[in-house]
Amino acid sequence: MSVDKATVARIAHLARIGVNEAEMEALVDELNNILSWVEQLEAVDTDNVAPMDSVHDGVLRWRPDEVTDGNLQAEVTANAPEEFEGFYVVPKVVE
Amino acid sequence: MTADLTKLTIAEARDALAAKDFTALELTDAHLAAIERASALNAFITGTADQARVMAKASDARRAAGQVGALEGIPLAIKDLFCTDGVLTTAASHILDGFKPPYDSTVTAQLWQAGAVMLGKTNLDEFAMGSSNETSFYGNVVNPWRQYGSNSALTPGGSSGGSATAVAARLAMGATGTDTGGSIRQPASFTGIVGLKPTYGRVSRWGIVAFASSLDQAGPMTRTVRDAAIMLGAMSGFDPKDSTSADLPVPDFEAVLDQDLKGVRIGVPDEYRVDDMPEEIEQLWQQGIIWLKEAGAEIKSISLPRTKYALPVYYIVAPAEASSNLSRYVGVRYGLRVEEDGDDYNKMYERTRGQGFGAEVRRRVLIGTYVLSAGYYDAYYLKAQKIRRLISDDFKRVYQDVDAILTPATPSAAFALGDRIDDPLSMYLNDVFTVPGNLSGIPGISVPVAKTEAGLPLGLQVLGPAFDEEIVFKVGHALERAAGFNEAPDDWWSDAS
Repeated sequence: MSVDKATVARIAHLARIGVNEAEMEALVDELNNILSWVEQLEAVDTDNVAPMDSVHDGVLRWRPDEVTDGNLQAEVTANAPEEFEGFYVVPKVVE
Repeated sequence: MTADLTKLTIAEARDALAAKDFTALELTDAHLAAIERASALNAFITGTADQARVMAKASDARRAAGQVGALEGIPLAIKDLFCTDGVLTTAASHILDGFKPPYDSTVTAQLWQAGAVMLGKTNLDEFAMGSSNETSFYGNVVNPWRQYGSNSALTPGGSSGGSATAVAARLAMGATGTDTGGSIRQPASFTGIVGLKPTYGRVSRWGIVAFASSLDQAGPMTRTVRDAAIMLGAMSGFDPKDSTSADLPVPDFEAVLDQDLKGVRIGVPDEYRVDDMPEEIEQLWQQGIIWLKEAGAEIKSISLPRTKYALPVYYIVAPAEASSNLSRYVGVRYGLRVEEDGDDYNKMYERTRGQGFGAEVRRRVLIGTYVLSAGYYDAYYLKAQKIRRLISDDFKRVYQDVDAILTPATPSAAFALGDRIDDPLSMYLNDVFTVPGNLSGIPGISVPVAKTEAGLPLGLQVLGPAFDEEIVFKVGHALERAAGFNEAPDDWWSDAS
């Protein structure tokens, strides 16, 4: 499988990464190089093999649903570009 | 006297501080002075000299009051991927401009609890994605080692290149690193120091900027195996804030170092003889086998048949996880925001991420997005996850017959800056010996054992079974003793700064 410019543009939009025309040409080649290199995996027989998403095979732990910290409003918004009465002021990000 | 303090190991400094030969403040000041002279190495993104002196004085006060932690008064460098309370944390990315976390990572909090002093935040590949430190927004780190008779600048490796250089150049007694595909062990090998990736789950990931969450693991970078054991003891332990943290007691890693290797079975995997591996590395590996045999170990040939698939599996799994983890950086609530008049929020995201991420990070996020996208998920991501299981099963099988595995740490010594940055695939091959350990979650150490004919350090890697860092330390210590590698790079940088 290989990608063309239209596919890279679609992926870039999915990933919300602005790519200009000049970068696009190079990216198509780079991504195709990587994709053709990983194609060697097709040769491995994986019938009846369960996918492994983590080496951690335990069950996720439960914990009591209780407040363990809080009253950190100033710390939480310390990195906000703009803050108003303890709230973030952000550009409109919902329709 | 202060000039010599940077040459001590952590273990030596611990004893000398206890004997009151010098104070924590003097020890810290000696390192701060060395850092000041070493700007040519570009090992640090942020220096924290004032805070270091405050922490050192507090350590001296605790000692006077009889409170002595495992790392009391020891000055350390922290990879700039660990959140540090009130101190700029960048992940070497433009997109985290100005970000000062209001909290410490679990690892750094535990280090301060043990009495350690923070010298500063070290440079790295952007979001830990790279093997040469050249993807950093803050410019590459320079390896303190050079080839004999050459002034050419070499890579310290990556991604923990700033930490590796800081420790090798005697700017810090130890440093934290993180290892997703080899980012502790490869730079350790390139700079002639010890680097250990613990078992996945041994050290908390909480408060460490995430790259690939199923692979990321923090560990110590030091000049001796003993120092790594001391540091790992302070870094590890169960943390309820990390859902994959292992609820297991932390052994006394230092206690096993001097045990002999009688009856220890060491596996040597045939598949680690890769094409184009320099003869010097093959010879070094053979030498390592002889050393371990002489120390009483039994050597066994083993097979890890899926080794060659580890890198392509990694370059699907890691970018997939990265594309998901890095989706949080959109310029809304912190860090860089790039926007123009009339932009809607999608346009703002695209500008911010297009300009805030460097070329390698963009490449990996795009690959990750592609392999997770509808229609390609099964062919790439699911396939890779299945082969990951086979690779992991290979290790489980061989650990029924052997106690540890000996391999080279890297397929080459440090290479020149600029050599591979335009060829992602050749850069990825750096991690050929280290990536299988990450996919399987097992611990591994890189121990410096020799120099090439050209004068560059090389390491050997010892891999152990999950949650058996003790065997890794024991075998690593035996290698260190047998090799007697005890060299520092010549200081050319103090004049160059």
